[in-house]
Amino acid sequence: MSDITIHIKDREGKQHQVLAPTDMAMNLMEVVRSYELAAEGTIGVCGGMAMCASCQCYITSDHDIPEMGDDEDIMLAEAFHVEDNSRLGCQIPITEHLDGLIVELAPE
Amino acid sequence: MIHTDILIIGAGPVGMFTVFEAGLLKLRCHLIDALPQAGGQCSEIYPKKPIYDIPAYPEVLAGDLIDNLAAQIKPFEPSYTLGERAETIEKQEDGDFIVTTNRGTKHKAPVVFIAGGLGSFEPRKPPIENIASYEDNGVEYIIRDPEFYRNKRVVISGGGDSALDWSIFLADVASEVSLVHRRNDFRGALDSVEKVVELSKQGKINLITEAEVKEIHGEGHVNSVTIKHKSEGNIVKECDHFIPLFGLSPKLGPIGNWGLDIEKNAIKVNNSLDYSTNIPGVYAIGDVNTYPGKLKLILCGFHEATIAVQYAYKLINPDKKYVMKYTTVGGVEGFDGTKKVAKKSEVIKINIEPEVPVLEI
Repeated sequence: MSDITIHIKDREGKQHQVLAPTDMAMNLMEVVRSYELAAEGTIGVCGGMAMCASCQCYITSDHDIPEMGDDEDIMLAEAFHVEDNSRLGCQIPITEHLDGLIVELAPE
Repeated sequence: MIHTDILIIGAGPVGMFTVFEAGLLKLRCHLIDALPQAGGQCSEIYPKKPIYDIPAYPEVLAGDLIDNLAAQIKPFEPSYTLGERAETIEKQEDGDFIVTTNRGTKHKAPVVFIAGGLGSFEPRKPPIENIASYEDNGVEYIIRDPEFYRNKRVVISGGGDSALDWSIFLADVASEVSLVHRRNDFRGALDSVEKVVELSKQGKINLITEAEVKEIHGEGHVNSVTIKHKSEGNIVKECDHFIPLFGLSPKLGPIGNWGLDIEKNAIKVNNSLDYSTNIPGVYAIGDVNTYPGKLKLILCGFHEATIAVQYAYKLINPDKKYVMKYTTVGGVEGFDGTKKVAKKSEVIKINIEPEVPVLEI
């Protein structure tokens, strides 16, 4: 399997183009952490259990993203800065059809 | 003043396990935690989640892990300062440290272990521009004394258990309770949700869903909030208190100002030796520390605690000889007088006369 390209705008507004492996069971939050695009301790605080919303991001491309589960929906109901295109990065697995995904990290 | 041998800041799994390892070396521990109960994230965030990488436990719920740790350390009689955040540290002339909490509780110990995880849990504050200026002037993130709200008009926001439970409780105390939630559904316990709906029908709770508090108004004290409703637009609601209840999130907090080497929101330690920080006598273990190759895993924290305690012992008892003893050999002797020890193996003698071989010459 090959890597995919993801475009990420960090919390300071800086654009990054990164490669993400599709065969390591990674999620979007982990990709952001692996490239250190947000300070440690400010993202993935709960470890990826959809229990803190620190990995909230806005999906700005029209990729077909897996539907939101109840845990994610409930967490976003309590999060701040939520928009219609808000998702939790930890709930988005990196798969081949996300190649070219464009996302923006929500404020801390 | 609380005196102890090792003062542990953070009562999560790693802080708790430190009590055990220290106890084996006859060192007593006291733990401080900002949360009202021990267990850290395991109890506060994910007690019902299974953990699969604790050695010898194919699967254990985070809450059960904490219960088991509490049982394991019980013989060593740990004491706790809970619901208070470690605020300052001062080195004394006698070499000891004094750690003071936000409520003024003082603790004295020759060694301090920081097992603070991702920091102390603090209320999540909604991003309302001037909210800080109203804190303790009508905006409260934690309800300490419900009587404070007697005959007052209260607006609560949030959709979780604490927002629901406090709305129910204050319905009989406050003169008016409004509950504002962004959704039409609540994630709280079914009983609580049903009770809120019932109280709403009776007119005891003013339920405002699909809405969010956006502004706070008042001269020096809250006197109203602006609630943005999805379809009805802005509503100005007169009130005496606004209580946002959006759960807790960890922040490194005051520890960040203790003069410790901090990197990536974590405390740098010497992992080639003893997990000491740049302040002699202060160690950092578990998720709160960092070093090349660090993994934020409970099992790694257990290891770090075990190593660091050996060096803490040497620091406290510089002239005393000691070698690590296996619990299978030495057992576990608690400060409470209990003693766990392996059963002696049973030796059964067989009393049969040995046959004398007859030697043929």
